[in-house]
Amino acid sequence: MIEPETLEALVVALRNRGYRVLGPTVREGAIVYDDVGSAAELPVGWTDSQDAGSYRLERRDDEARFGYAVGPHSWKQFLLPPRVRLWQAKRRNGGFEVEEEPLDDAPLAFLGVRSCELHAIAIQDTVFLEGRHVERDYAARRKDAFVVAVNCFEPGGACFCVSMGTGPKVGAGYDLALTEILEGGHRLLVEVGSERGGEVLDELPRSAPEDADLEGAERAVSGAATRMGRTLDATDLHGVLARNLEHERWDDVAERCLTCGNCTMVCPTCFCTSIEDVSDLAGESAERVRAWDSCFSLDYSHIHGGSVRRSGRSRYRQWLTHKFGTWHDQFGTSGCVGCGRCITWCPVGIDVTEELAAIRSNKEANDGDD
Amino acid sequence: MATSPSAEAPTAPGATAPRPFRVARRRRETKDTWTLELEPLQGDPLAAAPGQFTMLYAFGVGEVPISVSGDSTGPLVHTVRAVGAVTEAICRSKPGTVLGVRGPFGNPWPVGIDVGLDVVIVAGGIGLAPLRPVLYHVLARRDEYGGVALLYGTRTPADILYASELERWRGRFDLHVGVTVDSATAGWRGRVGVVPKLVAGASFDPASTIALVCGPELMMRFTARSLLERGVPADRIYVSLERNMRCGAGHCGHCQLGPTLICRDGPVYRYDEVAAFAEVPEL
Repeated sequence: MIEPETLEALVVALRNRGYRVLGPTVREGAIVYDDVGSAAELPVGWTDSQDAGSYRLERRDDEARFGYAVGPHSWKQFLLPPRVRLWQAKRRNGGFEVEEEPLDDAPLAFLGVRSCELHAIAIQDTVFLEGRHVERDYAARRKDAFVVAVNCFEPGGACFCVSMGTGPKVGAGYDLALTEILEGGHRLLVEVGSERGGEVLDELPRSAPEDADLEGAERAVSGAATRMGRTLDATDLHGVLARNLEHERWDDVAERCLTCGNCTMVCPTCFCTSIEDVSDLAGESAERVRAWDSCFSLDYSHIHGGSVRRSGRSRYRQWLTHKFGTWHDQFGTSGCVGCGRCITWCPVGIDVTEELAAIRSNKEANDGDD
Repeated sequence: MATSPSAEAPTAPGATAPRPFRVARRRRETKDTWTLELEPLQGDPLAAAPGQFTMLYAFGVGEVPISVSGDSTGPLVHTVRAVGAVTEAICRSKPGTVLGVRGPFGNPWPVGIDVGLDVVIVAGGIGLAPLRPVLYHVLARRDEYGGVALLYGTRTPADILYASELERWRGRFDLHVGVTVDSATAGWRGRVGVVPKLVAGASFDPASTIALVCGPELMMRFTARSLLERGVPADRIYVSLERNMRCGAGHCGHCQLGPTLICRDGPVYRYDEVAAFAEVPEL
């Protein structure tokens, strides 16, 4: 067990080990992830109120450090930064020479990683590290990342990790896992998930947990599981979507969707990037940038002759069927971790759990026709 | 992380940064189509199997996916049609020009697996380019195959690719070559019509045939239909598909077609594996 004030010692211990410590902090009315110089920068006493198309910070009546769900940021902005230069090239001897960008492998420590987010990181690991080609930039940033996970006790209005089997209790893939307990005195249970996690914990003032602590931690997490803001029947979504590619609901949602791509930007698993080539005016040097892209843009599916997905309907269908369906074919898991960001940050409040339920209801109605 | 992911696994050379290749030869095929032979400035030649593609980079302009069109035992050869800024820059590249090459990427045509069968190659337009390496491969070991047919359709007689090579092939007794055009011009004495029509008249034993098809999606769909009508099993028809390929490595997401990533799982597919979703509009 550690006291809430000991989180400062944890930040210091990680910094002393050379980690760039990243964690939640309040900025411009939202809890975002950024450099954390001190535990005092954590969102102490804040929570977030979330619903479709709505996000508000509210004061808590306690000093909880992790009393919120998830904000617009996810850890992907550090492992897969929005813009990365891949290489530069210069004209030389009638040809050109290419110099690959040096890898940024400064070790990162993530403080406050939710269970859904751990699953999201694992999903991006599959995409970038486990195929025929390894994404070298992602691999360098990911390699030594230290993860301090945190169990949820205050799920948000858009959360549905229980439906996706991705939370709220953290499973594997962390170095340390925290459970914040508020009842009967503010304290945190620390679980060790790796050798180096244990070494860090050894440096912190701590006490052995008592039965009341373990029970309090258990109640905090199991309580969260019963208070999910959303639920989703995830049974065979892969098949349901594959059988309903021409469902009328796609027309319905296309009437509402602005194809702005917000959902893909806030999604912790959306990994699509564009390759942008730029050159100077003199034509002497050129470089390539990898930048976040979205399947909601027309350019995304452009081939000679025009874009493949010209309608908003087809682009929304691409995103939803990929996330919940064909992701299984491509990477062996669902692409959704139930964090609810796409629901909260959709400017028109489109709720994936509603859309999927509508498509499923048709499937059941049509089962006899298959 | 306690268990470090496979961050140490090697990245294929040339997967991220282009390797400089010099244009050794350039040959004009038609009004807007050129064939380029490329040799690396340094290091080993690039070994690409028939059906694979590379990402070709014109300095300062951009990069496009182009299938290999040469003999896989020879130098790297690409046939490029100028249809946009990048392909125009590539087609303008005179011998000596340096282009960037990444790859090769993608899965090849199933040549070498199905020896003993009749081989039917059906190409539409620039789709002949990715199939030419198959023909080189088959003709180099002609005895291993049954009948071999090349059925090729293009827009007009002026758009016929590899014209002198086609005439040479047509003179062989162990190769059937059928050519058709969508619209004839003065002096054309050959066939007029769409290429799927050639399938009906070609001589092959459907039960022991492998068919390789490349061209516009509509042409491939109708060709596959003709082949199925002749009795070629769906699992012995192969097609090569195109989507927006940017990274080539399965990381950027742009080339998705339903459950597959074309740069990773394709571009060559068994027809029965893609037929259903290749027919869904805007998928």
